[in-house]
Amino acid sequence: MKRSNAPVFWSLFGAGGMLAALIAPALVFITGIAAPTGFILPADTMSYERMFALAGNVFGKIALLAVVSLFMFHGGLRMYHSLHHLGFHTGTGSKIVIFGVALLATIVAAWALLAIGF
Amino acid sequence: MAESTKTIEIECLRFNPETDSAPRYQTYKVPFTDDMSVLQGLQYIKDELDGSLTFRWSCRMAICGSCGSMINQVPHLSCETFLRDYYPGKLRVEPLNHFPILRDLAIDQTDFVRNKLPSIKPYLIPKQQKTLEQGEYLQTPAEMHKYYHYSECINCLLCYAACPQYGLDPKFTGPAAIALMHRYNADSRDGGRAERAELANSDEGVWGCTLVGYCSEVCPKGVDPAHAVNQNKMASAVDYFLRFLRPYGGKR
Amino acid sequence: MTTVKTYMRPMAGWWRKNPFFVRYMIREASAPLFYLYALWLLAGIVALATGPSAYAAWWAVAKHPLMILANLVVLVFAVYHTWTWFSVLPKTTPELDVAPGALITGGIVAAVVACVALLAFAWGVTR
Repeated sequence: MKRSNAPVFWSLFGAGGMLAALIAPALVFITGIAAPTGFILPADTMSYERMFALAGNVFGKIALLAVVSLFMFHGGLRMYHSLHHLGFHTGTGSKIVIFGVALLATIVAAWALLAIGF
Repeated sequence: MAESTKTIEIECLRFNPETDSAPRYQTYKVPFTDDMSVLQGLQYIKDELDGSLTFRWSCRMAICGSCGSMINQVPHLSCETFLRDYYPGKLRVEPLNHFPILRDLAIDQTDFVRNKLPSIKPYLIPKQQKTLEQGEYLQTPAEMHKYYHYSECINCLLCYAACPQYGLDPKFTGPAAIALMHRYNADSRDGGRAERAELANSDEGVWGCTLVGYCSEVCPKGVDPAHAVNQNKMASAVDYFLRFLRPYGGKR
Repeated sequence: MTTVKTYMRPMAGWWRKNPFFVRYMIREASAPLFYLYALWLLAGIVALATGPSAYAAWWAVAKHPLMILANLVVLVFAVYHTWTWFSVLPKTTPELDVAPGALITGGIVAAVVACVALLAFAWGVTR
């Protein structure tokens, strides 16, 4: 019987899920509602200068990379299972698309964050 | 004790393999008292209204595991589900989901009995073989506590009816079988984890589960199969990542 | 043994037949939202690396009412994700002497603390 490779995807799913469970509500509120509308937080909370400084910091880079990558690997595995639940035939093809995009996003994020420099 | 007799409508799925190409429904009006179970309602139908209605039952006290059925699309043991809880609404009784229907409310349990159950090696594989003279395999109450509730499964198959993953892919070993596998792996007297690992680590094993969790909701004995399956995901993942480092862990 | 003719019911629409499954599918529906939210953040990071005018363009979209509405939807699902994640957490642990309720409460408290800390950090940086 073939050993499943699910542990790879599941570990990433779990890490992303835990990260999201802990901080996503605040993160989405800040980036998606508060800062853009100037509600509770000042309207310049996410100004170019501030964000550049955040991304220029090594911890800021790690945090941003972790959020982008892990949220996608978390959402990706659940999306893969959901397709199966909805009756779609899921196989290697679906995995390549879903996790390929997530991997690509991770690489692009890392490249962009490094390009921003320290 | 005088109890007012009310009447409830019980709609049963009917399927006769000799004459039907697909199931149909038949409704019966059943007089009942508040102490009557759904099983007693079915028995009234069979005794008084329609002797052809087919269903399994035995102990009528939730220990034999025979009388499982879908009652308004929820898996229940019909002997411990009561008509009063559905009145004045209608009851729809159907065979357990995800299994082939043999006749009326009786399902084909072959996949579980012949395939799933034996596949997990449901017996103690002792760490150290002992002769009779050496005495019993001893165990403390604390050691027993670790696996005991997983041993309470009555094989009623409600969890399989509850599990959409089993319904979508019957190759999945399923909640009760994996719970029983865990029961043995977690038993301090057992040393068979490595033998059961190949199945556990496969897509048919623990990785077929997506933690819907409905299995543990419907289990009439508190076995908590969802916990059995999902705590073994971590064990399987650790085994996966450390497999090249462990001496015995090379076994697929 | 003679082969018996049996009937297998189709699985189509299985999740719509039971409220438990509907709630499960809603829980799973947070997945594409987190996926898209991450891509949105990625767009912002790439814009940040490209330069101030690119970032200004990304920020202009962030301020669009439809984008804010979309993020509101993500927020609702994010909260539901936090709730359901810690609710099932006890099923994933080994046998512990801790009651499941304590684990769930602990997780929710940890999430509240983490979120408050993040909000405080965002607020503090702007002082």
